[in-house]
Amino acid sequence: MFNFLRKKGTKKSSGAKKESGLSDYGFMVFENTSEVIQAEKVLKSQGWHVRVMGPPPEIQTGCDLVILFPLMEQLNIMRLLETVSNMPLQVVPVTDPLLKPVSLFQVKDFGDFLMVRAANMKITVEKSTLVIVNISGGGCPDVPYLADQMVGKDLLSAPDPLDMGHTLCGYALGLAFKEIKTRCLP
Amino acid sequence: MLAVAGTVPDKEFGLFTGPVKLTGEDISMDGRRVPVNRGTPALLGAALQTLNVFGKGDVTVFMAGDIGLGDGSRKLYEHLVNQACLSGIHTFVFHYLQPDADWQNRILFKIEEMEHPPLLAADAGFMYAAKMSGSAPSYDLFTPDAGELAFLADENAPHPFYTRGFILHTDNPVHGLVKRAYDNDNAPRFMLIKGAVDYIVEGKKELHRVDSPSHDVMEAIGGTGDTLTGIVSALVSTGMDIPQAAFAAARINRVAGKLACPTPATPIIDIINHIPKAVEHILQEIPRGVTKIDN
Repeated sequence: MFNFLRKKGTKKSSGAKKESGLSDYGFMVFENTSEVIQAEKVLKSQGWHVRVMGPPPEIQTGCDLVILFPLMEQLNIMRLLETVSNMPLQVVPVTDPLLKPVSLFQVKDFGDFLMVRAANMKITVEKSTLVIVNISGGGCPDVPYLADQMVGKDLLSAPDPLDMGHTLCGYALGLAFKEIKTRCLP
Repeated sequence: MLAVAGTVPDKEFGLFTGPVKLTGEDISMDGRRVPVNRGTPALLGAALQTLNVFGKGDVTVFMAGDIGLGDGSRKLYEHLVNQACLSGIHTFVFHYLQPDADWQNRILFKIEEMEHPPLLAADAGFMYAAKMSGSAPSYDLFTPDAGELAFLADENAPHPFYTRGFILHTDNPVHGLVKRAYDNDNAPRFMLIKGAVDYIVEGKKELHRVDSPSHDVMEAIGGTGDTLTGIVSALVSTGMDIPQAAFAAARINRVAGKLACPTPATPIIDIINHIPKAVEHILQEIPRGVTKIDN
């Protein structure tokens, strides 16, 4: 019934790995060196593996030091720095410091339901009740967690992913949540 | 045997390695039960339902609790590299894990040193890590959606959140993104690209496309991508070749969705419950229904 032949040997070995080893890291850029030092101290005291280094040439603003940090956990780290009122001027990926976060939203109207997509995250609400009926997309482990916390609640009572999420997927869901609130709430 | 590495959104869950089964609407493992709603439990639910049709139900999981802090994922990575026995696995799927390029590399090195390495599939966070580390060509199958395909196509993006706008634009044809992903060595042997139309590609060549039955509300339902990954992985683990398994899985997922009469509020378990019937239907249809695209 089926072709059971399986192709073997065309798969490339992992010898072609990217050389930098920092592809999942980002830079935090601060206004001055004392802010860098304070941020490093706070982050290291909480167990984060961060490193102070010179900025790449693409970064035009800020001081002559940046903090290297695990980019996937940007949301979690920003929340910690917010508690000490020491937020960076900008956050950029190591792979390309000129990259910007996704700012495009895609909206789909299903009649009784409205869906908003930001990057890889989608949130859908029932228009008449404003209840979040589904969350889909994403790939980081806080997505199933956030969905558990948010689905079934209305837009006014649901927790904000920007407060409860930890990863870039959580961040993207936070943007989608903000956009759908803008569109659905008076 | 099919093996799945992933997470559940429960920080008290710890680590579990062993067989799982579907009990009602839960995944049960050694006395513990996890609801099937989305993420890795949804993948497992779909895989188990598919394998049941073949009279098989042998699925091993490597599972950790993680709510996004990455602690559970890192414990699981460490377990996979330093302790876990991976022999006897035919198809190994990596799923909702905190993206970490370094740990992904270490796992891949271990697998590549095996005498009989399993077929490797990746989706969700682990697929992101595979691309970030430049290891995508070492995998047999990715199952991205259109946004994730754009991320694979963007050689500079470290995560879909940073995919450049000109690549994300909806006018971008799938074929252009596929070409760009392969040109930059950011794609595996095969991809099953899920969306309004599902594409199965090998290299830059389109093998099949599936567009029916079509319910656009499926896009809103959390877990429909996970079920697709679960179904195709289960089929591959039975010995089916990847292009046929991907084609069949795309059809099965759509038929199961249709049988559930979906709305944007449909929970994924409603679709998973219809998978056995959809599998039986598609297994009869496939021999005469495969559309080979030559280009």
